[in-house]
Amino acid sequence: MNPPTAADTDPPMNPPGGTPPTPSNSDPLKLTGRRLPRWVPWLVGLGALGLGLLVQATGITAIGLAPGIIAGLAFLIAITVISLAFEGRRHAVDRLATTLVYTAFILALAPLLWILVTVTIKGLSVMSPEFLTGTMRNVNPRDAGGGLLHAFLGTLEQVGIAALIAVPIGVLAAIYLVEFGKGKLSYWISFFVDVMTGIPSIVAGLFIYTALILTGVLEQSGLAAALALTILMLPVIIRTTEEMLRIVPNELREGALALGVPKWKVILRVVIPTAISGIITGVMLAVARVAGETAPLLLTTFLAQDINLNPASGSQASLPTFIWDQISRGTNAAVDRAWGGALALILFVLVLYAGARLIAKYFSPKVN
Amino acid sequence: MATTTQPPTEEKPSDGIAGASVRPGDRTFLGLSTGSGIFVLVIMAGIAAFLVWQAIPSLTADSVNPLTEQSWLPDADPPVFGFAVLFFGTIWTSIIAMLLAVPVGYGIALFIAYYAPRRVASGLGFLVDLLAAVPSIIFGLWGLYYFMPYVVPAAEWLSQYLGWIPIFANEPEIWTKSLLMAGLVLAIMILPTVSAISREVFIQVPRMHVEAALALGATRWEMIRMAVFPFSRPGMISAAMLGLGRALGETIAVALLLSAVFEINWAITEPGGNSFAANIALKWGEAGEVGRSALIASGLVLFFITLAVNMAARWVIARRKEFSGANS
Repeated sequence: MNPPTAADTDPPMNPPGGTPPTPSNSDPLKLTGRRLPRWVPWLVGLGALGLGLLVQATGITAIGLAPGIIAGLAFLIAITVISLAFEGRRHAVDRLATTLVYTAFILALAPLLWILVTVTIKGLSVMSPEFLTGTMRNVNPRDAGGGLLHAFLGTLEQVGIAALIAVPIGVLAAIYLVEFGKGKLSYWISFFVDVMTGIPSIVAGLFIYTALILTGVLEQSGLAAALALTILMLPVIIRTTEEMLRIVPNELREGALALGVPKWKVILRVVIPTAISGIITGVMLAVARVAGETAPLLLTTFLAQDINLNPASGSQASLPTFIWDQISRGTNAAVDRAWGGALALILFVLVLYAGARLIAKYFSPKVN
Repeated sequence: MATTTQPPTEEKPSDGIAGASVRPGDRTFLGLSTGSGIFVLVIMAGIAAFLVWQAIPSLTADSVNPLTEQSWLPDADPPVFGFAVLFFGTIWTSIIAMLLAVPVGYGIALFIAYYAPRRVASGLGFLVDLLAAVPSIIFGLWGLYYFMPYVVPAAEWLSQYLGWIPIFANEPEIWTKSLLMAGLVLAIMILPTVSAISREVFIQVPRMHVEAALALGATRWEMIRMAVFPFSRPGMISAAMLGLGRALGETIAVALLLSAVFEINWAITEPGGNSFAANIALKWGEAGEVGRSALIASGLVLFFITLAVNMAARWVIARRKEFSGANS
């Protein structure tokens, strides 16, 4: 209760390796060292930004990204030096680390925004009712015109078939892992599901080609492509479903089992309905993940210029292969169409992502 | 692992309680779900088996050692092809991508776990995940038309001022579609993988460790160095390896951004090199029978490389689960 004397306020305990300067003129009752006011980093940031703009305006350097890099480095050095002078080494290191961590985040956001803005602007410039409802049939690939309806329908069909096959298998496998799985078999299945998420997509395409097309079971077709996508979807669905089933409270299962409900009915009527929103989220994320896959489609169905609604026979177009085809044509009109396809594809994927996110947010079981 | 507690009547169906005999519904359900689980193992085994089966014709027909040969003429007579260039190009672009992406990925994860304001952190995490949602063909398209014009002058600058270091030298004075270009875009593509997995382990660090460090007067960075990193090291290693796995298998972006030159070339600002996956996509259409078999053989090598990397990564992370006690 007594006010501490000067002897009691020795410098606060320091973590090993750091000796903060105890400013000689500071209040002996104060436990903290000297800190920079909150506005200093903002001021330094403003200065660095000004420097970057100056470099940009003078055009000293031809490298497009240089002003940004120079501004960033200037901020990094200035804030560290200022902090070193006023706050001591430990806080200087902390400010350096903070700056680097914030920079890392900006480095991730910059390409994302850049890509989204570019695709939107370039894509909108070719969007027209004709582009959305037309196909590339009888369109000279060097000329303007044509559309992507055939590719969009192909993608819908391939992704839909893949989901129809992968969802039941994936959900059942997850049920096995959570509700039945014990011992070695469950361990290895779980391990290989994880490993399977890392299979390169082109290997999935090669597998379907060797196992089903070379053996004559299927021809190069939309169905073959869908099966390749199934292999890529499966581990994602199993993993997310498994996570969702695991957070279903055990009390629900035990309550139902205690009432004499058979286990299969407990799973179908209690466990799955509780986790259903999470499972749907996982399925949508898996669909979004495979909708943009190009490589396996090149091996299993290749390109088509017209609508082919029969998945079992003949090449079928898809949005990714449509973009690939237009890029490789190389003319201005073709590359413009590629940007239009890119906008359609990215919208399709983003709608699935946002939908999955919303379902997860508003319908998931509340876990405390 | 098992989270259910089964009533003893199901364990011992013969103990006479009415209705407790094994129900046909349970049996079918167990069979179906076990079968689906085993299906995963069957697919993994099937991939290896079918690729080996279809790779053999070209490997036996190859007139040179496929492990050291540097050219790719499988449809010539006699066939001459090897994986040396592909192996080198795949590994070298992936290493460039890793060097750039792994530190940044850790930084993003730290930002979301410990720096960003709590209220917006999960939203920002979603933004980074969106980067994973961008299809690789769009990365390729953007890289080709919008990013490359910025990378080329940077590569020129590198070769002009740092050209005395062999990997930055540029003999032919061509800077487009370089290893650096492919590595940069690969780095952006694996960022979400690295950051998502390291974020997961960062937020599992016991709250007590974090608060203890802060209470002892550590700055935020000291807390991260002393409490977060030691706890999450295995997870961070495995995040980097999973990112590597993704970089190794990336096809379309590399096919668009790396000029397919069949030679081993260390200089990262020069066009050159090729990767397993990109080579398959580019050569598939024109390949003959032996050519396709040779491409399948190269796909088999890629499959085993990524399998090894992924298994090692999962093994590292699984070991951690057993010993940390944080997930109990």
